[in-house]
Amino acid sequence: MNLNHAAIGRGAPPGIDLSSARLSYAGRDLFADLSVSFAPGQWTCLLGPSGVGKSTLLRLIAGLETPLPPGRVAASDGAPLSGRIAYMAQQDLLLPWLSALGNVGLGARLRGAAVDGAASRRLLERVGLGARFADRPATLSGGMRQRVALARTLAEDRPVVLMDEPFSALDAVTRLRLQDLAVEMLRGRTIVLVTHDPLEAVRLGQRVLVMAGRPARLIEATLPRSAIPRRADDADVLEAEARLFRTLLASDAEALDPP
Amino acid sequence: MKWLRLPIVLVGLAVLWAVVAALAELPPYILPGPLRVARAIGAHWERLLGHAGITVLEMLLGLVLGAALGCISALALAYFRPARQWLLPVLVASQAVPVFALAPILVLWFGYGIGSKIAMAALIIFFPVTTAFFDGLRRTEPGWLDLAHTMGAKRWRVLWHLRAPAALPALASGLRVAAAVAPIGAVVGEWVGSSAGLGYLMLQANGRMQIDLMFAALLTLAVIGVALYFAVDASLRRALPWVADTTVPAKQGD
Repeated sequence: MNLNHAAIGRGAPPGIDLSSARLSYAGRDLFADLSVSFAPGQWTCLLGPSGVGKSTLLRLIAGLETPLPPGRVAASDGAPLSGRIAYMAQQDLLLPWLSALGNVGLGARLRGAAVDGAASRRLLERVGLGARFADRPATLSGGMRQRVALARTLAEDRPVVLMDEPFSALDAVTRLRLQDLAVEMLRGRTIVLVTHDPLEAVRLGQRVLVMAGRPARLIEATLPRSAIPRRADDADVLEAEARLFRTLLASDAEALDPP
Repeated sequence: MKWLRLPIVLVGLAVLWAVVAALAELPPYILPGPLRVARAIGAHWERLLGHAGITVLEMLLGLVLGAALGCISALALAYFRPARQWLLPVLVASQAVPVFALAPILVLWFGYGIGSKIAMAALIIFFPVTTAFFDGLRRTEPGWLDLAHTMGAKRWRVLWHLRAPAALPALASGLRVAAAVAPIGAVVGEWVGSSAGLGYLMLQANGRMQIDLMFAALLTLAVIGVALYFAVDASLRRALPWVADTTVPAKQGD
C-alpha cells in the first residue's frame, strides 16, 4: 500500500485500539465487551442499521463520550489520541455566520492559533470551491457545504479522521463524487467511517465491519481486492454489496426475534 | 401597495378617532379631536421637539446601558457556574419587585435630571436582554460543540467564537423587546419627578387642562416608540444577514 506519509507531515498515522467498550441505553446493553482494532492508514467502514450504536462507538473514539469502565480507547503507538483526531458528522456543522473560508479556518480560530488564510483557500480550491470562498453556507448547495466541511476537516491536518455518515444527506451522484474526493484527499490517514449504506462501505472500505445484534457484535465482511475508491458499477462491488445486504437482513431478523 | 399600508392605517385611525370624538359629544377637555391635537402640535412644536429630544436621549442611553449590562450578565451566567447558581435566583427574584415602585427611589438616588430616567429604562431593559441572550447561549447546536471539542478548542474561545454568535438571534429578540419597553422606563421616570421630557410635559399639560397638548405629547411619544422599534429591528436585520437565511431549509445536492 502506498501511504503518502510526507503529505501529512506528522509521521505514520496511528491505529486505534478499542477494548471492552460498553454502552447501555434504557437499561439494555447496546453493546458490551466490544473490542476492535482499526489498522493504521486504512479506511475501515462500520456498517449497521440505525440505533445499533455505531455512532456512539465513533463518539467514544473521538473522546466525545467517556467509556464506561473497563472500556478503553488507545492509539496503537502508545501516544495519547486527543489532538490527533478530526471529526466529520452527517450534518456539515458549518457556522452560518462565517464564509466558507472562515469555516475552514474555524479550528485554528477556536484554538487561538493564527489562521492561515492562504492555506484555507488552497484547500477550498482542492475541493473544487475556489470561486466560492467568500460565500456563506446558506448560499451553497448540500454537496458544496459537505465539500467545505471536508476542507475544514483537512485543515485540521490530523492523522486520524472519524466520519459519521458524512455523505448520507446527499443525492446519489453527489455522494459518489464526494466519496472519490474524500479518498483522494485523506490518503495516508487512519479513517473510521460509520455508514448505513452498503454500497458506500464497499466502495470505501479496506475493511468493512458489520455491526449487528443486541448487544451488538462485529462481523467481518469479505471485500473485493481492488484499491479504493472502488467503482460503483463493478460486478465485484455489486456482489459484495449484495452480500452485505444479506448480512444486514439476517442480523435484522435476529434483532426482531430475540433468542 | 405595501408602502401605502401604514398611511392607510394611520388615516383610518385618525378618522375613527374624529368620528368617536364627534359622536360621543365629549367635551374637548376629555377627548379632543384629531384636528385640535394637530393644531396643538402646530402651536407647540418647538416645545414638543425640545422635550422629545430629552426623552429620546433617555431612551437611547437607557437602551445602550441596559443592553450592555444584560449582555455582560448573560455571558457571565453562561461562562461561570457560580454566577448561574448565585446570580440567577437573585435576578429572577428581582423581577418580583415592580420596577415602577422603584422609580421614586431612583429619582431620590439619581436626581431629577436624566440620570434617574436612564437608570429606570436600563432597569426595565436589562432583564429581557439578559434572559433572551442567556437562553440563546444555552441552546448552542450540540454538533458544533462536539466539533469544537474535537478541534481542541479553548473554553472561552468557544464562548466568544461559537456560542455568542450563535446566540445573536436570541439576543436580537431580546433587544426588540427592549426597544419596545424603553419608552415606558423613560416616561415613568419622568412622571415621578423631572423638569423636562415628554412625560413631564404631559403632566404639566394635564395640570393646566391643556388636554390637546397632552394628546400631542402622547402622539409624539407613540411616533418615537414606533420609530425606535423599527430602527432597532432594521439594524438588527442588517447586522445579522445570515439569520433569515437559516430559516430556509438547507438545499440538498450539488
